[in-house]
Amino acid sequence: MHIPKVLEIKKIIRESDDVKTFIFPWKGRFPSPGQFMMVWNFKDEKPMSVSLIDRTNNEIGISIKKVGPFTSRVHRLKVGDQLGLRGPYGRGFTIEGDRILAIGGGIGMAPIAAMVEEARERDFEVDVIVAAKTYDELLFMDRLKRTGAKIFTCTDDGTCGFKGLATDRLKSVRGFYDMAVVCGPELMMKGIFKILEERDIPGQFSLERYMKCAMGLCGQCCLDDTGWRVCVEGPVFWGYELKMVKEFGEYKRDAAGAIRPL
Amino acid sequence: MLEVNLCGVKMRNPTMLAAGILGMTASSLNRVYHHGAGAVVTKSFSLKPNIGYKNPTIVEVPYGLINAMGLSNPGVESFKDELDKIEDKIPLVASIYGSSPEEFVKVALEIQDLVDMIELNISCPHAMKGYGATIGQNPELTFKVIKAVKSNCKVPVAAKLTPNVTDIKEIALKAEEAGCDALTLINSIGPAMKIDLKTGRPILSNKFGGLSGPAIKPIAIRCVYEAYNTVDVPIIGVGGISDYKDVVEFLYAGASAVQIGSAIFHHGIGIFKRVCEDLKFFMKKEGFKSIDEMIGLAHE
Repeated sequence: MHIPKVLEIKKIIRESDDVKTFIFPWKGRFPSPGQFMMVWNFKDEKPMSVSLIDRTNNEIGISIKKVGPFTSRVHRLKVGDQLGLRGPYGRGFTIEGDRILAIGGGIGMAPIAAMVEEARERDFEVDVIVAAKTYDELLFMDRLKRTGAKIFTCTDDGTCGFKGLATDRLKSVRGFYDMAVVCGPELMMKGIFKILEERDIPGQFSLERYMKCAMGLCGQCCLDDTGWRVCVEGPVFWGYELKMVKEFGEYKRDAAGAIRPL
Repeated sequence: MLEVNLCGVKMRNPTMLAAGILGMTASSLNRVYHHGAGAVVTKSFSLKPNIGYKNPTIVEVPYGLINAMGLSNPGVESFKDELDKIEDKIPLVASIYGSSPEEFVKVALEIQDLVDMIELNISCPHAMKGYGATIGQNPELTFKVIKAVKSNCKVPVAAKLTPNVTDIKEIALKAEEAGCDALTLINSIGPAMKIDLKTGRPILSNKFGGLSGPAIKPIAIRCVYEAYNTVDVPIIGVGGISDYKDVVEFLYAGASAVQIGSAIFHHGIGIFKRVCEDLKFFMKKEGFKSIDEMIGLAHE
């Protein structure tokens, strides 16, 4: 049944000043990296990426950045408080390739962290570019280090060493990769998309759109001009697919369905 | 074999995308057509933009879905851009809503040159007061809205009716008297409700929503059957269709075409093509040469 499952928060991890990971006990079908859940706080319900998939301890984690009324309210919750989870939904990342480059910007690191952990568990070679505004906002560094993945960081202010955007960092990483997975602000992803095209690396990109049903019915998250639903055909799309998505890096639609430039 | 002529609109098959489903953008409507629908109906839109209700706007229940989207749409001005981008060959029905005959007429006049037919949403069970079913449950208001649109519009007009009335025949007759060219039966049932047991809270932010899916099909069949006995205008059957057998049942009850919505959730957008192929196979087996031969057979 597609109905929110109300669960008690088991753990809360403070990842940075404005990002917290909420961990829930999980039974049944586990999400795969790149899939999302609809999170219900009894006032509203929003799509959120799954950032932790722990089949050993039967837990999943959702990382939420404080950006508005909904997320601020969720940030005030304590261990033992309840949230409703509906899902998992959508098409996640396909884990394949001899050497994978994972790229995450800001809170876009959430699905990337889950993806890197799963890929490393399955013994894929993975390098990760972690991008953020400043050193304190580089997310999931400890978890990533534990996977053994090679990590490249960059920040807007240079506080981690490399000063620059994820695109700049990507240009500096010259190794051989035959797969990339990307999540972050759409303009960042658009830039990454272009570089990967030039270097002939197939990429998978996780998109975000305003969502209502998440069940492929309401049409709120459909992309121009293909009509693909971000909640069903996405949220992860291949680069060759995004070539057909006219609105990628250009605009999205608001709650009423009106076009808003990015 | 599957071709249908609905109020002068030629369709390659009798299946249509139902209003409110995947109808927010031209891209999506084009896609549904390319997946086999004979015609597409837009999401209902109004004069002014409307963000609709907060989430949760949908919840699954056994044999159905309850939704309360709240008629969200970007308003007729923006919607015209979408209508414009829908491929010319696609039989296109615009679903519109308003709170008064004047409002319906304004929206209809804005878009009638861009569409093949207009469907009046006077039946949404989770609309704001004064909209949707508030109109369709009142025979006089129903008459006034249809009459006003019909006297100002040149495209065929279908009225989508609500089953949540004491006597569907009375409303159907009133709609026909007002001059509508077709009836769409039925909108979702309700209002309906689902409560979370752990917290004791209603799940939908609007608390109440419209029930759709297989659970409501028997009621839809009865409504189509009764309306077919009462009016002469063609009927578009909708409510819980998920395979060709459901389509056949609606045709036998008296529908000239059908709409599919909720079933896309379980069966995907490919449902239109599959239903049509199965329907064709069934017709060959049973010796039917056209859809027309099947309409209203339950009444003989």
